[in-house]
Amino acid sequence: MPKVSMTVNGKPVSADVESRTLLVHYLREALDLTGTHVGCDTSQCGACVIHVNGCAVKSCTMLAEQAEGTDVTTIEGLATNGELHPVQAAFQENHGLQCGFCTPGMIMSAVDMIRRIPNLDEKTIRAELEGNICRCTGYHNIVKAIHAASQEMGS
Amino acid sequence: MYEFTYQRADTLGDAKTKLGSGDDPKLLAGGQTILPTMKQRLASPSHLIDIGNLSELQNISVESGHVTIGAGVKHADVASSAEIKSAIPGLAALAGEIGDPHVRHMGTLGGSIANNDPASDYPAACLGLGATIITDTREISADDFFTGMFETALGDDEIITAVRFPKPEKSGYMKFPNPASRYAVVGVFIAQHGNGVKVAVTGAAPCVFRWSEAETALNSKLSADAISSLTVPASDMNSDLHASAEYRAHLVGVMARRAIDILS
Ligand SMILES: Cc1cc2nc3c(=O)[nH]c(=O)nc-3n(C[C@H](O)[C@H](O)[C@H](O)COP(=O)(O)OP(=O)(O)OC[C@H]3O[C@@H](n4cnc5c(N)ncnc54)[C@H](O)[C@@H]3O)c2cc1C
Ligand code: FES
Ligand code: FES
Repeated sequence: MPKVSMTVNGKPVSADVESRTLLVHYLREALDLTGTHVGCDTSQCGACVIHVNGCAVKSCTMLAEQAEGTDVTTIEGLATNGELHPVQAAFQENHGLQCGFCTPGMIMSAVDMIRRIPNLDEKTIRAELEGNICRCTGYHNIVKAIHAASQEMGS
Repeated sequence: MYEFTYQRADTLGDAKTKLGSGDDPKLLAGGQTILPTMKQRLASPSHLIDIGNLSELQNISVESGHVTIGAGVKHADVASSAEIKSAIPGLAALAGEIGDPHVRHMGTLGGSIANNDPASDYPAACLGLGATIITDTREISADDFFTGMFETALGDDEIITAVRFPKPEKSGYMKFPNPASRYAVVGVFIAQHGNGVKVAVTGAAPCVFRWSEAETALNSKLSADAISSLTVPASDMNSDLHASAEYRAHLVGVMARRAIDILS
């Protein structure tokens, strides 16, 4: 079996996989990083969003081998020294989650859009969340949380 | 997904060699179409040859009359390229409306047109702009490239390397997106060139097509009311759970008129 190596949340990692192993399964099963979720497995819901070389992608729609040599960040890699990332804190403060299933993907997407787009407004946030589905909060508080985090991080 | 062997290509030549061996090898670019298809077991290639890292396919170059975009350039990079935004704003805007941010970070121009999904966006830009598809062996005009539903003029081991888009005077794309996937239920790309107007329609029929009646009308007068009485026959349109053939035929007219209003 091919060996796949990359950096995940700042640490070099390596594991043997089949070619058909998806990146999300590499993270969850080989590395035990179960924060990244599989919601649909059909590239629609965004529960599996992570960052590869700084860009948000759906880890259910990428092979582990495609990520060879890359720098990967998952939800587990956002907090520093036990302190929540500003986007995580904003989701907590604004009630941006109920069951929490979609939350890792929502937060990884939010961090990516805040990086790319200065001064996010509500309309842009909603358009940017096109690839993330939540079945319970109704989006309102998710949008509020992202807006709050974007203002805090921009100021 | 059925088992297969992954191979990363180091150069275009290497990709070509790898594509020439193995039982049923397929190229892997952004994977946003082929991986979902393989998960559903609708495709079972023996090998996936990853061309996602080939620097040879990543260039964007703007010359006086043309913009040439490498096959490996991702939708997000077309959407955010300052050069493309200023040369062909309609093309950059189209790329920014494909799928969602995550799909745009992975999906490529070459993968999109090689796949020729009847509901995909880029084929409309290729036809409307009168693009030339450049492969490792030849150049194919967009009018000859898209041959049918999921069908193109590409040979089995032919690799798209770039697409050359002539710069129009004005262009605009308007789509009625499927609310879930953002694929086009109907999308219309209109471009005004020095030698006339081109109108390309995607999403509506089994394959992207040029609406020649509308082109003739718009060549006399470039305004929405010049085509307000024109219709396309519903019998040529797709019908599925998202939209009936009659509704699609109706949307072709509506999207075309809206595209004229946003020409820039
Ligand atoms: C949730 C979702 C929403 C989407 N929404 C839209 C949308 O709104 N509009 C839209 O247009 N598309 C949409 N797409 C499709 C997306 O644009 C894909 O990126 C695109 O269709 C395929 O590009 P790729 O680089 O991912 O190709 P891949 O999936 O890697 O490859 C697709 C096919 O093209 C072949 N191929 C790839 N590169 C080349 C090349 N250089 N030469 C020859 N053959 C090649 C491959 O062998 C394969 O058969 C969506 C996809 C998803 C998952
Ligand atoms: S699990 Fe990846 S998009 Fe739903
Ligand atoms: S919080 Fe339950 S799915 Fe989003």
